[in-house]
Amino acid sequence: MVGTSGGGQNIALIDANNFYVSCERVFNPGLWQRPVVVLSNNDGCAVARSNEVKALGVKMGEPWFRLRTLARQHGIIALSSNYALYADMSQRMMTLLGRFSPRQEIYSIDECFLALDIHDNVTQVGQTIRQEVANWLGLPVGVGIAATKTLAKLANHCAKKRPVYAGVCNFNTMDMDDLEHLMSQIDVAEVWGVGARGSERLHAMGVTNVLALRRADVHRLRKRFSVVMGRIILELNGISCLSLETVTPPRKQIQSSRSFAVPVYEPQELAEALLTFMRRGVRRLRQQGLLAGAMHLFIQTNPFREREPHYCQGVTLPLPSPTDDELQLARLVRQGLDRIYRAGYAYHRAGILLTALERATGQQDDLFADPVARQKNKALMDTLDTLRQRFGRDIIHVAGEGVCHRWAGKSANRSPRYTTNWKELPVVQAG
Amino acid sequence: MSTFSTRPCVTTVPLLCAPVAAGFPSPAQDEVTEQLNLEHLLIEHPEATFFWRVAGCSMEGMGIHDGDLLVVDRAVVPRQGHIVVAALDGGFVVKQIVHRQKSLILRSAHPDYPEIRVAEGQELVIWGVVTWSVHRVAGKTLR
Repeated sequence: MVGTSGGGQNIALIDANNFYVSCERVFNPGLWQRPVVVLSNNDGCAVARSNEVKALGVKMGEPWFRLRTLARQHGIIALSSNYALYADMSQRMMTLLGRFSPRQEIYSIDECFLALDIHDNVTQVGQTIRQEVANWLGLPVGVGIAATKTLAKLANHCAKKRPVYAGVCNFNTMDMDDLEHLMSQIDVAEVWGVGARGSERLHAMGVTNVLALRRADVHRLRKRFSVVMGRIILELNGISCLSLETVTPPRKQIQSSRSFAVPVYEPQELAEALLTFMRRGVRRLRQQGLLAGAMHLFIQTNPFREREPHYCQGVTLPLPSPTDDELQLARLVRQGLDRIYRAGYAYHRAGILLTALERATGQQDDLFADPVARQKNKALMDTLDTLRQRFGRDIIHVAGEGVCHRWAGKSANRSPRYTTNWKELPVVQAG
Repeated sequence: MSTFSTRPCVTTVPLLCAPVAAGFPSPAQDEVTEQLNLEHLLIEHPEATFFWRVAGCSMEGMGIHDGDLLVVDRAVVPRQGHIVVAALDGGFVVKQIVHRQKSLILRSAHPDYPEIRVAEGQELVIWGVVTWSVHRVAGKTLR
């Protein structure tokens, strides 16, 4: 029997290999065939690794200070993250991929699902996709095709890890025996949604590879784990339980946080940082036409500094009525910080979380709110939006944010924002 | 057979939808479409198009000057005679590509710069095809 699909759907999962590193390489031949890592904000941890770096055993999220010796030995090039570049390249890639199907689910910055049923030779289309993204954008992508999203994810994993597929792995055209043999060689940890803990528990039960999980008793595992696990098993059997979400569901929360370049001790400086994060969060909130019903603040010391005293505290502050008013939230930031701040600690990280989000329309008015004041605030926020659109997003902010921002440090080795800033365009030599 | 309705068509015209001019009606009213958009002219494939800045004068003879802005379209398949951005020996150069006697030549457009024959084993990657060069004459400098 050929094929594994119940309904015969062709769902593709396309994702870019080592996306951040690949974006950097497009504009810098000095990075080609060299070991490259991209570090998180303030150059904390490795958030993207080239294949050369993966081969050296560097794990995702490894803190940079632990990598320094290895980096010197092997000439690893470490870059600060350049999110302006990655976001622009992502948008280009998603638009390009969207041409291959009207049904696209953008799953993350570097991956999307596409329903390819409208095409005849789906594997061939997968190759065309790879070729086109490489030509147009210079980015390498892998394509996995199968009957369900979970299988497509797995096929994508095979496309990347096994050179024999030349970057496109289509489970739907594979012989059943071959497919099951392949599955028997893959650890359950690779299955989408299983997670580290789930994988540990499955291993303890003797369910170690994907084939074993596919053949496992749905009812028994649903009881022992959760509905999610039941759904995973059905999806591994070609029974589609997860549909393509072609319309991005509204965000459930918005987070803005960062680790600091230097330890922060003073409440004044923490307030500056939190106010800055709050403003960034509100910007995203307003862009999506949402209001926040509550705000969570947190501050913490460095978990990697084992000899120093640790402190980690957060507070959730409900709002009288959902809002996107920066000034109201700024007052709340100060109150919240007063409640959680303790002197004598070297703070390393802080952040805000906007939660209980809802659409700006259909908002229930607070019975005690002053409608005139609300109108005024709305007008003020609209003015701020206009100013920022014209003169840049940091042109105006509450005074408490300060201007020095010692904590923000620098991204020591960020590449130019090649595609989003006139002053930082790539330069070509005519010499 | 017509699929249109044969019913007499009744159209209502909103009153005062445009200010009533007491003079001669503008003969251009029917011709208003959309304004010319330079972006549409310069960019055929938005996702594949990138801007580059030129440093140097080796391409002056082909209208590409020091400091010019190049529109580079990666969706265009490079052909003989195209001016391209290419990665050569770890850096990016802008040159015209020419095939001659089975070898690839990178040609400049300035008497001081001789053509480069790409040697065997030398790595050359054509990054993208230059479709436009934007040259500043008297406008304000690009930010």
